[in-house]
Amino acid sequence: MVSFINYLINGLSLGSIYAIIAIGYTMVYGIAKMLNFAHGDVIMVGAYIAFSVITTAHLPVACGVLAAIFGCMLIGICIEKIAYKPLRHAGSSLAVLITAIGVSYFLQNVALLIFSSNPKMFTPIIPMTMMTIQFGVFRVQTISLVSITVSIVLVLLLQLFINKTRPGQAMLACAQDRGAASLMGISVNGTISLTFAIGSAMAGIAGVLLCSAYPTLSPYTGAMPGIKAFVAAVFGGIGSIPGAMIGGLLLGVIEIMGKTYISSQLSDAIVFAVLIIVLLVRPTGLLGKKVQEKV
Amino acid sequence: MKNRMTSMTKASKDNLGTILMLVAAFVIVEILRAAGLVNAHMDGMLVPICVYATMAVSLNLVVGILGELSLGHAGFMCVGAFASAFFSKCFENSMGVFPRFLLAILIGGIVAGIFGFLIGIPVLRLNGDYLAIVTLAFGEIIKNLVNVLYVGRDSAGLHFSIKDQASLGLMEDGEMIIAGPQGITGTPFNSNFVVGFLILLISTIVVLNLINSREGRAIMAIRDNRIAAGSVGIPITRYKMFAFTLSAVIAGCAGALYSHNLSSLIATPARFGYNMSILFLVFVVLGGIGSTRGSIIAAVILTLIPEVLRFMADYRMLIYAIILIVMMIVNWNPKSRAFIQAHSVGKIFGKKKTAKSGKEGA
Repeated sequence: MVSFINYLINGLSLGSIYAIIAIGYTMVYGIAKMLNFAHGDVIMVGAYIAFSVITTAHLPVACGVLAAIFGCMLIGICIEKIAYKPLRHAGSSLAVLITAIGVSYFLQNVALLIFSSNPKMFTPIIPMTMMTIQFGVFRVQTISLVSITVSIVLVLLLQLFINKTRPGQAMLACAQDRGAASLMGISVNGTISLTFAIGSAMAGIAGVLLCSAYPTLSPYTGAMPGIKAFVAAVFGGIGSIPGAMIGGLLLGVIEIMGKTYISSQLSDAIVFAVLIIVLLVRPTGLLGKKVQEKV
Repeated sequence: MKNRMTSMTKASKDNLGTILMLVAAFVIVEILRAAGLVNAHMDGMLVPICVYATMAVSLNLVVGILGELSLGHAGFMCVGAFASAFFSKCFENSMGVFPRFLLAILIGGIVAGIFGFLIGIPVLRLNGDYLAIVTLAFGEIIKNLVNVLYVGRDSAGLHFSIKDQASLGLMEDGEMIIAGPQGITGTPFNSNFVVGFLILLISTIVVLNLINSREGRAIMAIRDNRIAAGSVGIPITRYKMFAFTLSAVIAGCAGALYSHNLSSLIATPARFGYNMSILFLVFVVLGGIGSTRGSIIAAVILTLIPEVLRFMADYRMLIYAIILIVMMIVNWNPKSRAFIQAHSVGKIFGKKKTAKSGKEGA
C-alpha cells in the first residue's frame, strides 16, 4: 500500500509536468489552430539554458529558472514569427505541420551541435539536503511536491489571466473566430505571439522540472515528453486548459503504474495505446466540445 | 480498341517518362558496374538507395496523394523487415533461394499491409494533426514491441515470449530466431541491386497507375476537399484505408529488401525510429509533395550526398531540418508563391502556365 501511494505520487508528479507542457500545446492549438510539434523541443532548450546558467556558469538556481523561462519565451516568439507566420494564410495544414516538424528537428540538431549527444547531468533545483521529505511512513521526493504545486498554481493563474484580463479575453476571441476578432480591433498577430510566449515560457518551466526529476539531459530529452504531453492534451480535450491539466495528471499516473505493474519496456506503448483508445471512444477528449465541420 | 500511343494523355506520358527514367538509370548503373567503374563502397549503396527510393514512393502516396501526414512509415518498414527476415530464417534450409526470397518479400509486404490496415482502422477516422501523431505513436509502439519480442524454435515448434530468452523454455536443439533487443542475426544476404530495382519499379508503376485510375482520382478528391468529396458519394474512409494499406505494403516490401541486406537486424531508433520517418518525409518534401518522380530523385540524391560530402556529416541533419522549413515556406507562403508564379521559367520563355503547383501527381 505504501509503495502504491508512492507510485501514485510519482505518477502525479510526472503528470503535472505533462500537464504544464500540455497546456502549451492546447493553447497554441486553440488559438493558432496548429500543432506546434516543436513544443517538446522547447522544453529541451529550456533545460539546456538552465543547465548552462546553473551548472556551467555557477549562478544561483533562481537565475537559471528565470533564464530558462525568458529564453524559451524568446525562442517561442521567434519560431512563430519566422516559421509559422508566413504559412498562416497558406490554407494547408499539411504545410504547417511539416514546417513544425522541421523546426523540431532543427532545434534538436542545433542542440546536438552545441552540446553534443553525450547526456549532461542536470543539477536538480532542490538542494541535496532537502531531496526528500518524510510524512509518517511516506518518503516523498521534494521535486514531486514542487512539480505538483507549480502546475496547480500555473493553471489557476492562467485561468485568471484568460478570464479576467483583456489580453486573455482577446485570446478567447481569437480562438473563436479570428476574422471577427480582428474586426473588433484585436491584434491577431499580437495575440498569437502572446500565446506562443506563454506556452513556451511554461515549456521552459517544464524543462527545469523534468530535468530535476529525471536528471539526464540530451538533445532528445524533450521529444518524448512533448509527444506524451500532446497525448495528454488530446486526452483532456484539445483547446481546454483544465482538460490539459486533468489529461496530464491521468497520463502521468497511467505511465508510472504501467511501468511498475505491467512492463517497464512497454510504458511508452501503453501511453500511446491510451491515445488510440481515447480517439476511438471519445475523439473530443474528456472536456472537449464537439465541433461540426463546415465546408 | 483505340491506338494507345496517340490517345495518350499528358499524365500517362509523364508516367512513362518516370518509368523510362528509372529504367535508364538502372541500365546506366549496370553498364558502369560491368565496366568496373563502381567502387565497392558505392556498390554497397545501391540496395539502400533502392530501399529509400521505394520508401519515398510509399510515403509520397500517403503525403502527396492522400494528403495526410504519416510519421510512422519507418514502423511499417520495420514490420516488413522483421516479418520477412523471420520467414527467411525459418525456411533457410528448406527452400531454394529464389522462391524463398520472393515469398519473403511478399510476406514482408503482406504483414506490413495487415498492420497498416489494423492501424488504419482507428487512425483514418482522424485527420491532419491527429493522424500524424497517432502514426508516430504507432511507429514507436511497433519498435518497442519488436524490442521485447523473443521467438525461438526447437523440435516442438515455435516459442514466443515477451519477457526474456529463458522464459521461452527452448530444448537442447532450439535456436533463437528473434532475440528481443538483439533482433534477428544471420538473415541470408539475398538482396541485390536487380531485386531492389524491380521492387522500386513495380511500386512506382503501381502508384502511378493508381493515381490515374478512378480510385486515384477519388483519393485526390478527398485530399483536396474531404467534405465535398464525401457529399458527392465518395466513400472517404474506404479510399483512405486503401491508399494507406497500399503504402504500408510497399513500405513492407522495402523493409524486406532492407533486412536481407543486413547481417544483424536490430530495431534501433536509428534504423526504424522517428528520425527515419522524418528522413523519408524530407525525400518527399524535397522532391515536391505529390510527385513520385521527384521523391525518387530526392531519395537517391540525399542518400548519395552524405557519402560524397563526408565533411558535412555533422551538419547533415541540420540541413534536412532547414530543407523542410524553407521548402514549405517558399512553396506555400502566398507571397512567395505569387513571386514564383510571376517569375517561373515557363513565363520567361513565353510558355503557357498550366500546373498550379507541384500537386498534380506526376
